[in-house]
Amino acid sequence: MSEFILETTGLTKEFKGFVAVSNVDLKVRRGDIHALIGPNGAGKTTVFNLLTKFLPPTSGRIMFDGQDITHEAPAATARRGLVRSFQISATFPHLTVMENVRIGLQRKLGTAFHFWRSKKSLDMLNGEAMALLDAVDLTQFADTVTAEMPYGRKRALEIATTLALDPPMMLLDEPTQGMGNEDIGRVVELIRKVSAQRTILMVEHNLSVVAHLCNRITVLTRGSVLAEGSYAEVSKNPKVLEAYVGSDDMNDAHH
Amino acid sequence: MTNNDSMFARAMPALMTGLFVLGLVAPFMMYPTFLMKMLCFGLFACAFNLLLGFAGLLSFGHAAFLGSAGYICGMLVRDLGVTPELGILGGTLAAGALGWVFGVLAIRRTGIYFAMITLALSQMVYFIVLQWKATGGEDGLQGVPRGHLFGVIDLSNNLAMYYLVFAVFCIGFFIIHRAIHSPFGEILKAIRENEPRAVSLGYDVAKFKLLAFVISASLAGMAGATKTLVFQLASLTDVHWHMSGEVVLMTLLGGLGTIFGPLVGASVIVALQSELADKVGSWVTVIMGVIFVLCVLLFRRGIVGELQALIRRSGVN
Ligand SMILES: Nc1ncnc2c1ncn2[C@@H]1O[C@H](COP(=O)(O)OP(=O)(O)OP(=O)(O)O)[C@@H](O)[C@H]1O
Ligand SMILES: [Mg+2]
Repeated sequence: MSEFILETTGLTKEFKGFVAVSNVDLKVRRGDIHALIGPNGAGKTTVFNLLTKFLPPTSGRIMFDGQDITHEAPAATARRGLVRSFQISATFPHLTVMENVRIGLQRKLGTAFHFWRSKKSLDMLNGEAMALLDAVDLTQFADTVTAEMPYGRKRALEIATTLALDPPMMLLDEPTQGMGNEDIGRVVELIRKVSAQRTILMVEHNLSVVAHLCNRITVLTRGSVLAEGSYAEVSKNPKVLEAYVGSDDMNDAHH
Repeated sequence: MTNNDSMFARAMPALMTGLFVLGLVAPFMMYPTFLMKMLCFGLFACAFNLLLGFAGLLSFGHAAFLGSAGYICGMLVRDLGVTPELGILGGTLAAGALGWVFGVLAIRRTGIYFAMITLALSQMVYFIVLQWKATGGEDGLQGVPRGHLFGVIDLSNNLAMYYLVFAVFCIGFFIIHRAIHSPFGEILKAIRENEPRAVSLGYDVAKFKLLAFVISASLAGMAGATKTLVFQLASLTDVHWHMSGEVVLMTLLGGLGTIFGPLVGASVIVALQSELADKVGSWVTVIMGVIFVLCVLLFRRGIVGELQALIRRSGVN
């Protein structure tokens, strides 16, 4: 088994002549919480879209767990265990919280195409679904229609739904975006907890979250990798500091 | 909201039983032929609703399934002498196969492109039916005998025929109802709610849509095949794009995405057509158009949808 669970070589994406992701060689070590940071429009979400096959790359190669997945269908990549969340909250709004998690759990039953079977057959997943909801502190919301929950809770639900697949690798696109400090603290603890048996690659703007949570950081600017290393290394890198000029984020995070 | 939904869920068995009993005694109160027409179009609309209301796919070629199954059933029964139930089965399977072809070609497109591809394909089916000798060209397929069900029960008896149609409707309705409330139906709902998320959870969205399309096409075919036996005729109007439009109207009028809406919508349209046909002649088309516009502008949720909303509101207060 290779040290790196995910490796890209020369990953590039052009949109009509505009290069959003340029020649990115990214290596994510198994078991790491790896952060992908960079200013707005740097291409972080586009990298996620490429890794999870939501967009085809213009050139380059993606290896996951020793397999070339560059030309795989997005659902197939997800089934391999490389599962993403989205920058904007991605739930099934008119399903209940419990039903949302069950959609994630349902696949392993192998009955997803069974249109002749009663959906009561899914009740056997309820226990497991409740355990997942418990892990993200949503037990009391189990029967709530998802659209009616506050934003922070929806993000927690997303993580629970992703965890339902028990994926070896999770990609989280700004899991703390738009949250108050209390919610952020909860999500950070959650991510730390679930990172035990898996690899996490996350986009995060909040650098204090990055500093406390992530053991490796890749800085992306204008589509290219600017720097990579531990938080201490990266935050001292003059090129990185320059890229972050005008935002005091980098300094704030130290204290 | 949750409470009201479970209120509807609790009322459902009683409502279903009531309607079932009504269906059993109806031919003693109304013309069986009229009822049979209602049930055939009702099933057609329910099948269409499975696709649009629950999978979010707007097909504008559903006449191809209704019509071609009607022709296949007619040819099987009239020209090959098979029994009526096998005729219906043959028509249903043929429509399902045709639905698979349509689906494979159209499913990766969305919205208006999806609708246009289904329309274009159904026009090809229309053309074949029009040109082919075996289908009787402009005259349609005439003189289809109703025959004996299982070789035993004489269907030329209108009451016997009615109960066959009613049984077919109930089977089709049950299949749709079950599909909606199945593990498959849950994924379909998830896809409609948030397709990228469903993909990111590992579901091959195209395959789910394709299966929904094939089920819908098969049941539309089942309705068409049964209708051929009722009227002893398969005609070009059943494969014409007008029919594809009419089923959209029936579904929207009754209530998109509701269980009973399409049946109600189909009944209203069929009743209006038979009431108005001899009184206003071709103005029927204009009246249908006006209804459609009113429905889209004022009653977005359709008859059943508006009723449900009314009950919900009065339940809250
Ligand atoms: N589908 C697309 N078509 C054209 N341009 C796109 C597309 N998706 C992204 N871009 C462009 O690519 C660049 C990178 O966008 P991306 O969303 O990956 O940035 P990001 O690093 O995630 O930014 P943010 O921090 O704001 O989320 C932006 O300039 C964006 O406008
Ligand atoms: Mg982004």
